[in-house]
Amino acid sequence: MRRLFAFHGGVKPPAHKAQSTALPIAVAPLFSEYVIPLHQSIGGAPRPLVADGDPVLKGQKIGGADGNVSAAVHAPTSGTVKAVEMRRMPHASGLSALCVVLEPDGDERWIERAPFDHKNASPDALRDYLRDTGIVGLGGAAFPSYLKLNPGKEGRLDVLVINGAECEPFITCDDTLMRERAATVIAGAAIMREMLAAKSVIIGIEDNKPEAIAAMRTAAQGRDMAVVAVPARYPAGGAKQLIRVLTGIEVPHGKRSTDYGVQCFNVGTAVGIHDAIALGAPLISRIVTVAGNVVHPRNYEVLFGTKMQDLLALAGKLPDTDRIIMGGPMMGLPMPGEEVPVVKATNCILAGSQALLPPPPPEMPCIRCGECALACPADLQPFELYWFSRAKLFGRAQEYHLFDCIECGCCAYVCPSNIPLVDYYRFAKSEIWAREREKEAADAARSRFEFRTKREAREKAEKAEKLQARTAIRSVTETDPAAAEKKALIAAAIARAQQQKAEVRPQNIDNLTLEQRAEISAIESRRARFHEMAKTAADEDT
Amino acid sequence: MNNSPYFRQPVSVQAVMLKVLAALLPGLAAYVWFFGAAILVQIALASSAALAGEAAMLMLRRRPLALFLSDGSALVTAWLLALSLPPLSPWWLTVVATLFAIIVVKHLYGGLGQNPFNPAMAAFCVVIVAYPQLLSQWPSPASGDFMNQWQMIFAGAREHVDALTMATPLDALRTGLHAGTGKAAAILGGTQGMGVLAGQGWEWVAVGYLAGGLWLIQQRIITWHIPAAFIAVFLAVASAFHLGSADRFAPPLFHLFSGGALLCAFFIATDPVSAATTPRGKLIYAAGIAFLTYIIRVFGAYPDGIAFATLLMNICVPLIDMWTQPPVFGHKK
Ligand code: SF4
Ligand code: SF4
Repeated sequence: MRRLFAFHGGVKPPAHKAQSTALPIAVAPLFSEYVIPLHQSIGGAPRPLVADGDPVLKGQKIGGADGNVSAAVHAPTSGTVKAVEMRRMPHASGLSALCVVLEPDGDERWIERAPFDHKNASPDALRDYLRDTGIVGLGGAAFPSYLKLNPGKEGRLDVLVINGAECEPFITCDDTLMRERAATVIAGAAIMREMLAAKSVIIGIEDNKPEAIAAMRTAAQGRDMAVVAVPARYPAGGAKQLIRVLTGIEVPHGKRSTDYGVQCFNVGTAVGIHDAIALGAPLISRIVTVAGNVVHPRNYEVLFGTKMQDLLALAGKLPDTDRIIMGGPMMGLPMPGEEVPVVKATNCILAGSQALLPPPPPEMPCIRCGECALACPADLQPFELYWFSRAKLFGRAQEYHLFDCIECGCCAYVCPSNIPLVDYYRFAKSEIWAREREKEAADAARSRFEFRTKREAREKAEKAEKLQARTAIRSVTETDPAAAEKKALIAAAIARAQQQKAEVRPQNIDNLTLEQRAEISAIESRRARFHEMAKTAADEDT
Repeated sequence: MNNSPYFRQPVSVQAVMLKVLAALLPGLAAYVWFFGAAILVQIALASSAALAGEAAMLMLRRRPLALFLSDGSALVTAWLLALSLPPLSPWWLTVVATLFAIIVVKHLYGGLGQNPFNPAMAAFCVVIVAYPQLLSQWPSPASGDFMNQWQMIFAGAREHVDALTMATPLDALRTGLHAGTGKAAAILGGTQGMGVLAGQGWEWVAVGYLAGGLWLIQQRIITWHIPAAFIAVFLAVASAFHLGSADRFAPPLFHLFSGGALLCAFFIATDPVSAATTPRGKLIYAAGIAFLTYIIRVFGAYPDGIAFATLLMNICVPLIDMWTQPPVFGHKK
């Protein structure tokens, strides 16, 4: 028996997983239009590589990775580009972003595919290949995988963790994937083990998925990989929680787990990596659970860019559906509409209704009962964070480790006062980022101002000097002003250059860890919504 | 606006408070059994006053009336206060104390969840300072005639008060020791109404609180930290004094089962709003209350120390919480 390490807190919400696992994975049919957002992963938005009217093949790169953190996107099927335009994103903010709109021709003509010889490729070539095949983490964070697939300082990794825990209610895409394609998952894990020179591989699966565990054990036979059943307890599927459960290692917030000798990938990512390396296929589809208020909850293999409404129609969305959530009920995001596309981060489309996801009872004041602290897997004191966020004492909130909060929702789940605690943390985080930026802008302005004052003082002094010089040497008056003018011109040019330097983007934003950047981009787009909430909170305070 | 999580555990403040009330029932039953129904009258008085005061304040503060009136928190305050006051207190004393607790200590500090002081204990302190005489009149176990009790509470028929009340063993011990009438054991032995461990009847009430409190832990309404630290430290301090001088200090179990010690351990010190919240903080907080309770009880001028001790530790809560923040994930050691 392997020794497991419990994590603090966690909750046991009703699982609702049986409904969508009754049927095997179905391949979604071709729909009439696909909307492929170029920006589907953490990091830079890929540049569009196609334009209106271009014919594309299935798997053709249509968005090129941009910058160090980015992943390419590809045409999910063959057809014609109808437009490259702004469309609503599957994001709570409802903001639009650049998308390639594709009309399929129905032929499913692939690009040429060839396996990639990762064993003989240089690390750079491998990295570029994974970036250009668009491989990102499919657990929901959509973090470009090539960034995690370097073995770290030591040159090799102690433990490679494959995450099949899938703790959120309703979501079963990983479960069915492991049941039906266990061999591919294992093959993908084996490839990653080679890339990372990992000493051991542990596959963690929540013990409420006996079929998946059995299938994975069979597939892993003779492969020297441990398939470990972990106690079902939300959020056991959080990467940091699973790493802790399986290895006892706690990776602090903002640190790379590689530096702690461990790295964690979702089972879906393992399949993506397998397909990219062994088949030469870029990432163009994933398994998506369609569940909740639908007649036929089920898992589909879905091409990216498929509109959620098409899948919901397939699953038989019930008429009293009042909202669509991407992800599960604990951490899912409310969608701005049903026309938004499935992206790499879409693990589940949850149709909600009043009956299924009833609105919480009225919010009461916090009675400091500490239930939230007992439930918090990050070992935080959520109610303290709540008090500070509500009072806008953001500095104090940060002292109490606001940014260690993973927004898992356990605290709000158990709160007897029905306080939407996570909303307060989201609000506080976005305000802190906003203030940080304002402060940086102000700093830049201040240094500009200081520079100008200095320059003015210098110019004054220079003028005075010049005057002196002029009065002193009257005989050479003809040449002096010209020289002084020249000098002034040079000074002004230098000043401009320095001013420009001061105006470049605040440095803090460049030196962030990838996780922090991920956080910012997620926080950013949510921001607008919280102003409304802040107002309500302020009203209540009076 | 409604964001994730969309699932909520079906718990509510009301459910929490109702469980606290339910947990008081065993102690209350023993109370009625040994000392008659007067306590029920007091609970009814305190409850009505608490609800009236709560309603008035909610209306003044323009808060949703039904939502907050039904949360049960006012009732918990009322019950704890009623159980702390002598059951034969005149009706107005209970009413005034309860209104003070609800209006001043709870609502003027911002209402549910905002009060730094335990409302019941703050009100208790005020009335014990104002009416020390009334608060020393505890019923004797044979005082169960309800008509007499009723008259004492409502008709002010307090001329018979001496017939129905007596000094509790805790009081008798203090007076005896002060007067130098003998050694602790002898005084207690000679006290009328002394039971096995502590006051006759009172010890069973305490057992009832103990049972209810353990149930609260089992129900996860409170954690073990505060009761365990309270009882452990209380016994430790009492044992130390008792071992040091058995003549002057009563045995530890006598102290634990006398007065409000167990009520405090499970129901008063555990009031979440005014207590420390971190695990280590709870231990320190409860240890402080236990220590102070013993000291005030034994060396102070008042019969019991739980109220003062609780308020004193309430003041320390922000500091305790600040100093005892547990390490967060990934930052341990
Ligand atoms: S669970 Fe809710 S009421 Fe209890 S301490 Fe946390 S925030 Fe406050
Ligand atoms: S949402 Fe944040 S504060 Fe709440 S339980 Fe999860 S990690 Fe803790």
